[in-house]
Amino acid sequence: MDTAYVIDTLFALFSITLIILMVPGFAMLEAGLVRTKNVSSVLTVNVMIYAVASMAFILVGFHLAFGDFQSTTMSQWAFFMFQMAFVGKAINIMSGGVGERARLLPLTLFTVIMGALIYPTAVNISWGSDWIKDTVFDLNFVDLAGSTVIHSTGGWALLAAILVIGARKGRYVGNQIRVIPASNIPLVVLGAMLLWIGWFGFNGGSVGGISTKELADSVALTVFNTNTAGLAGAISVGVLIYIRYKLFDITMILNGALGGLVAITAGPHLYTTLDAITIGAIGGALVVLAVPLFDRFRIDDPVGALSVHLVNGIWGTLAVGLFAADPANNITLLNQLKGVGVMAVFVFSVSFSIIYLLNKVIPFRASDEDQVQGLDVSECGLEAYPEFKRAI
Amino acid sequence: MKKIEAVIKPFKLEDVKDALAEIGITGMTVSEVKGYGRQKGHSELYRGAEYVVDFLPKIKMEMVVDDAMVDQVVNTVVEAARTGKIGDGKIFVSDISKIVRIRTGETDIEAI
Repeated sequence: MDTAYVIDTLFALFSITLIILMVPGFAMLEAGLVRTKNVSSVLTVNVMIYAVASMAFILVGFHLAFGDFQSTTMSQWAFFMFQMAFVGKAINIMSGGVGERARLLPLTLFTVIMGALIYPTAVNISWGSDWIKDTVFDLNFVDLAGSTVIHSTGGWALLAAILVIGARKGRYVGNQIRVIPASNIPLVVLGAMLLWIGWFGFNGGSVGGISTKELADSVALTVFNTNTAGLAGAISVGVLIYIRYKLFDITMILNGALGGLVAITAGPHLYTTLDAITIGAIGGALVVLAVPLFDRFRIDDPVGALSVHLVNGIWGTLAVGLFAADPANNITLLNQLKGVGVMAVFVFSVSFSIIYLLNKVIPFRASDEDQVQGLDVSECGLEAYPEFKRAI
Repeated sequence: MKKIEAVIKPFKLEDVKDALAEIGITGMTVSEVKGYGRQKGHSELYRGAEYVVDFLPKIKMEMVVDDAMVDQVVNTVVEAARTGKIGDGKIFVSDISKIVRIRTGETDIEAI
């Protein structure tokens, strides 16, 4: 009894460490994809989200999500912190998508609300103490590590934010879509690969324990399928963009890998290897389709977060109903669809209302002049890269 | 005294510098610049969208020489920098009215 408790606690702590590795993952990915004049500000947002969202969850959010739940299989502190590790991820999904034009103060205030109320409520009705149990809204969908609860939640909130804040200055001029290229590809690669490795803790840890043979098998299968889907996503994007453009765009290939990782996250413990490859490859293909599609609708997402997290969060949740349907255990496409739908309506409408109102009080959008100068100067007073590198 | 500015293809810098050293040019200033002439730019692809890169990377070399050296220097740069393909660059020659060496205060020809 004690040994199992200790092992599961140790496993949770190890998973937490991997998940927190995703903080530098997001930070480096975004620092590389934005222009050099906005690097300090996007990094500040990433660190702020980790600190503020986690604190909001510790003080308020956890109790809202799980009530007075006490873990019996592992130390309560490990369980608590494991749940806390997720909240920053859900909100971090937003940070790159609103990058290069969103101001820090309103973003911080929204982070408090998201970490204390919106995300915990999403957890409550899916994984947690479930206050809508036995109502028509009751959700019985499978979402092991949060294709919907984390990735789509972050994605819907990001969509709401982009609709309120608008595109970066100069991104859409007349009928033209102006390309704003990445500033540092090595950082993009480092960040994406850190996210990939962090995902092993994200999904593996979500199995909940590793102290029996069955649990150990389930964790290993989860990590194996998670990695496989990432590989398939990267390969499918590489093949598709080569067929279409005769070129290899590493930022898209990495978005494809991340898309595959998001897509597998709802049910990595349920799939065969072939399922994982199929789900990951479709996840990558969706990124290739979604990135230009969002641009066509003038939804400016500098890092492709909507394509990776929102689109694939939905796809991954539905995939459980397609690849692992088991009506005897209540796993059906309809239940998955209901989970996607209820969460979409809840998160999008609440986030949109709050961001819309907050925006009336403290505008999210940096002025055109500040955007031209770069948010590093106007928001942080600290430029990421000095003007003349060798002069000092 | 003339200033010779040569805008050349970046990979030709070493060849041109060595050729100039052989005819006795002892100093120059180079900078990384971008520009286009008849060569125009090329298109690149980023996240599914094509865009045109008009300004191509070039190296600009600047050196100031005695009037008597101008033709020899220009010919040397032309020979060393030429590939025969579009985009080889241009050379500009202009008058210089004064030169001062900061360390010693020497002026004009002594300061080259």
